[in-house]
Amino acid sequence: MNVHTQIRRNDQPIYLDYQATTPMDPRVLEAMMPYFTHQFGNPHSRSHSYGWEAEEGVEKARGQVAKLIGADEKEVIFTSGATESNNLAIRGVAEFYKDRRNHIVTTVTEHKCVLDTCRHLQEQGFEVTYLPVQKNGLIDLDALRAAVTDKTVVVSVMAVNNEIGVIQPLAEIGKICREKKAFFHTDAAQAVGKIALDVEAMNIDLMSISGHKIYGPKGIGALYVRRKPRVRLVPLIVGGGQERGFRSGTLPTPLCVGLGEAAEIALKEMDGEAKRLAKLQARLLKGLQDRLPEIFVNGDLEHRIPGNLNISFAYVEGESLMMGIKNLAVSSGSACTSASLEPSYVLRALGVEEELAHTSLRIGLGRFTTEHEVDTAVEELVRHVKKLREMSPLWEMAQEGIDIKSIEWAAH
Amino acid sequence: MAYSEKLIDHYENPRNIGSLDKNSEDVGTGLVGAPACGDVMKLQIKVGADGLIEDAKFKTFGCGSAIASSSLVTEWVKGKTIDEAETIKNTDIAKHLALPPVKIHCSVLAEDAIKAAIADYRAKTKKAE
Repeated sequence: MNVHTQIRRNDQPIYLDYQATTPMDPRVLEAMMPYFTHQFGNPHSRSHSYGWEAEEGVEKARGQVAKLIGADEKEVIFTSGATESNNLAIRGVAEFYKDRRNHIVTTVTEHKCVLDTCRHLQEQGFEVTYLPVQKNGLIDLDALRAAVTDKTVVVSVMAVNNEIGVIQPLAEIGKICREKKAFFHTDAAQAVGKIALDVEAMNIDLMSISGHKIYGPKGIGALYVRRKPRVRLVPLIVGGGQERGFRSGTLPTPLCVGLGEAAEIALKEMDGEAKRLAKLQARLLKGLQDRLPEIFVNGDLEHRIPGNLNISFAYVEGESLMMGIKNLAVSSGSACTSASLEPSYVLRALGVEEELAHTSLRIGLGRFTTEHEVDTAVEELVRHVKKLREMSPLWEMAQEGIDIKSIEWAAH
Repeated sequence: MAYSEKLIDHYENPRNIGSLDKNSEDVGTGLVGAPACGDVMKLQIKVGADGLIEDAKFKTFGCGSAIASSSLVTEWVKGKTIDEAETIKNTDIAKHLALPPVKIHCSVLAEDAIKAAIADYRAKTKKAE
């Protein structure tokens, strides 16, 4: 099936925001359809074939997800998404083991849902260490080793960062956690299906998975919970005791089936897709670098998923650039796209100066991105960056040899 | 965020981009904002012998609203005396472009830029006297 032609209507901008979400793969939708209609049964119904068929769909999906990460199917529980998985993993273990251990280690570049979960636990008396990251966005393993104590219950480090796409050294982190007998949780929403993951080889105890980041449906995710040695959690949602008691509520069969199908496709196509995306990523970067001076890639380029580029276009403010490139759907690390007026905390954590953080764009490539789309993106970006630099007083000063840091700017 | 047609027009077809000779006696230059805050405006006015602003140019690093605000004020100040130009209020700019609340600071910056350019011009003419 040629899936590349079916996603975008001609009047829509080119979608280059694959870290925000992904379109559903048509094959996923196809797998889900019967479970919306005639196979509508409650997967927990034991007394008739409607229930059994739905259960079969759900259990097959559980196996498909497990296989993608090298887990046993009994270790996968379905949730509403990675946000819930992150909440459940961190709050769940912290709560369960609080009499013995009260310390959590995480990093400053985690997704807001991990940081906010940690902040809540801090309010309840837990201690949290927020590890800084290096200039390339990766954590320092020695700093991690020093931070983990015999009071540490869980270390939560994301597998792949959502803004800059960098891949943390998961196996090394897992090894440190195992030595120190702390659980290792990883938010793998941006990593699953993009890079090879193996919960055994990497000593991962808890892993959060999202459906809509891997061409599956929105509203479904999963949490991997290790059984040997067993990880115990206090549930967030109680009730009928589904999902080994970790997550009550009737499972949304079509969504589970969709996540499973998405996982199976990802496993099958990961290698080829990664190679194709790496070529597109290189083409995009080279196209821009050949024609635009003073652009900077944020985050490590080597330890990075091929579907992400985060670039600062010096002297051009990010939101104004996005207003220009109307035909491209990307996102910006600039303050002006959010209500907060603060530039990206992830870029700031890398030591990217505020003026450069304001000029950054996140460009996400994915399964349906074509070479032609990348070439169009290069053309649009080059044209608008040049136009905006022509009207940038900072670019003018730089051309005149004035160091903008030597000027005393009035804060406002 | 949905922007007004006027704002988009000023962003897409900015008026009076460029620079005037900042060392010239009849040119006043205002440079306001800060790169770290995400917006910097440079606004220049050229005052004729009759006391009227005969030319105005700008360059802006900032979001679309900041670019549109500065483009708009270059249009507004032309043909005015500096005393008249000084009365332009940020609220007028914000109203004309229908700036959303989070972008009001762009209009404040544009007003500051006019005031700074006028102050620079006045300082120069005072020195010349």
